[in-house]
Amino acid sequence: MAVLVIADHDNAHVRDTTHKTVTAAKALSNDVDVLVLGQGAEAAAAQAAKIDGVRKVLVAESPALGKMIAEAVEAAIVPMMGGYDAVLTPATSAGKNFAPRIAAKLDVSQISDIVEVVDGSTFVRPIYAGNAMETVQSNEAKKVITVRTTAFKAAGEGGSAPVEKLSGGESAPKTDFVGEEMVKSDRPELGAAKIIVSGGRAMGSAEEFNKVLEPLADKLGAAVGASRAAVDAGYAPNDYQVGQTGKVVAPSLYIAIGISGAIQHLAGMKDSKVIVAINKDADAPIFQIADYGWVTDYKTAVPALMDELSKLGK
Amino acid sequence: MKVLVPVKRVIDYNVKVRVKPDQSGVDLANVKMSMNPFDEIAVEEAVRLKEKGVVSEIVVVSVGPTQAQETLRTALAMGADRGILIQSDQDVEPLGVAKLLKAVVAEEAPQMVLMGKQAIDGDNNATGQMLAALLDWPQATFASKVEMSGDKAAVTREIDGGLQTLSVALPAVVTTDLRLNEPRYASLPNIMKAKKKPIDVKSPADYGVDVSPRLKVLKVTEPAKRQAGIKVEGAADLVAKLRNEAGVL
Ligand SMILES: Cc1cc2nc3c(=O)[nH]c(=O)nc-3n(C[C@H](O)[C@H](O)[C@H](O)COP(=O)(O)OP(=O)(O)OC[C@H]3O[C@@H](n4cnc5c(N)ncnc54)[C@H](O)[C@@H]3O)c2cc1C
Ligand SMILES: Nc1ncnc2c1ncn2[C@@H]1O[C@H](COP(=O)(O)O)[C@@H](O)[C@H]1O
Repeated sequence: MAVLVIADHDNAHVRDTTHKTVTAAKALSNDVDVLVLGQGAEAAAAQAAKIDGVRKVLVAESPALGKMIAEAVEAAIVPMMGGYDAVLTPATSAGKNFAPRIAAKLDVSQISDIVEVVDGSTFVRPIYAGNAMETVQSNEAKKVITVRTTAFKAAGEGGSAPVEKLSGGESAPKTDFVGEEMVKSDRPELGAAKIIVSGGRAMGSAEEFNKVLEPLADKLGAAVGASRAAVDAGYAPNDYQVGQTGKVVAPSLYIAIGISGAIQHLAGMKDSKVIVAINKDADAPIFQIADYGWVTDYKTAVPALMDELSKLGK
Repeated sequence: MKVLVPVKRVIDYNVKVRVKPDQSGVDLANVKMSMNPFDEIAVEEAVRLKEKGVVSEIVVVSVGPTQAQETLRTALAMGADRGILIQSDQDVEPLGVAKLLKAVVAEEAPQMVLMGKQAIDGDNNATGQMLAALLDWPQATFASKVEMSGDKAAVTREIDGGLQTLSVALPAVVTTDLRLNEPRYASLPNIMKAKKKPIDVKSPADYGVDVSPRLKVLKVTEPAKRQAGIKVEGAADLVAKLRNEAGVL
């Protein structure tokens, strides 16, 4: 049984989520190939070849693949599936977008967002915003799986798999790429950050959100996250949303400031190693899962915290 | 143009879900059920397009038990024109729902299927993409803005890292994200009017679709519980604990 992992990358770099997905794939088979879809993705392909235990790296390129247009991705992967028993992708926004198309074309169910591989056909996945864990068995000929990467350790580096370029990248004739507006930031990505500071509705405005969270994130080398309420109100970009329907994160330290702790928010961060909650309401549900709760007004608490961190030379 | 909006009846998002002691699933007895929030957003968007004169008819369809008629009525009260209930007492997986929707599309010939990105019970985030693949249609998922122009739709999508705008040729599948709009509450007169709007009741067999599950659910269990920790007294206390106890600073 051979399995295919679809790389998550930005052409120049392979993201850690790819290494984690390789770990999940390894639990299914020793023959793991990585497919790099993109445009000008040589550097990413070379990095993918270094991931431990990868048999070979395949690369397909086209403008539509560079933008991960779902129809083009489907057209690239489906014909390859004759040679594979399973395809795995990190459950990124791109992965969630294209993977179900492949499943439908192969006439199999998708197994979404797995957090554990029990055996070659049995997987554990969260349902109901992580309030229940479902163990499912798939006896279908091919498996299409999206991986919740926070639940897997990253495969190491040191491999040297051959890289093979596939000819004729796919197009998507019915879809035109119009443009994109990416959030520019020097901070670590939410998914990769060791520390995350997150703000909620309590911030009250975009200015306040930035004023409170940016300096603290700078001091800690942290990524910035937000609750849905903060994003909906325009305090933070949509890409910051942590939760059931936003990003799922599991940093070493998650600091929730002025976030009540609705189940949809907890779904995205409750697997963090250490959780700190700063909230003036002692009954806020976030305190039920926080390792360290601080019942206080963030307006005085955050500056005090900054001072303490400065004392540590941060 | 005609728009098809699939709506699912799910446990209300405010309900605290409980796993059944026999691990066969979650307890749905006497629990408040509502329309999947993302589907409400899809209905709202369709109604707004109708109010703008872009859309002429909105057909809502649900796959589920008899009670899913209530969900369809809610959509009709928001402004949809008619409903189709495809009755099934067993839970139908996204692939089965997509196949049923494909059959409905063949009958109704809509220019767009506008649906939720994710049902908040199974959290699969798959049905719309599967439907688009089965129809060989383009798709624009996780939409935060939809602009129609002739036989195309420009859709802004929420993706990792920011926003992406695609122009898709119609017919197409569009799935909604949270920021697309804020769904209205149905007014009392509209709730009354909705009672007279037609709902067709069908079965999967009427469409010749086999909806038997492909995945076997072996068990449903409680997630690992996180214990509440301790309260700290101030910044110095917090930083000391993070450093010495937790070792994360
Ligand atoms: C379909 C669906 C999907 C959703 N998906 C997500 C998701 O992915 N992520 C997500 O986060 N939410 C999601 N939600 C929304 C979720 O239900 C909550 O509404 C949201 O998380 C609340 O955000 P909040 O905690 O910032 O706001 P609130 O619940 O309003 O909490 C604000 C908190 O700030 C505290 N506060 C106020 N002032 C101060 C102060 N000066 N100092 C300290 N504390 C203060 C208050 O005590 C309160 O606890 C979803 C909802 C639905 C229906
Ligand atoms: N049983 C159903 N009846 C009607 N629509 C459904 C059903 N299941 C899923 N859908 C639609 O597909 C979307 C995505 O669902 P899912 O793929 O299950 O997360 C939902 O938001 C609905 O629009």
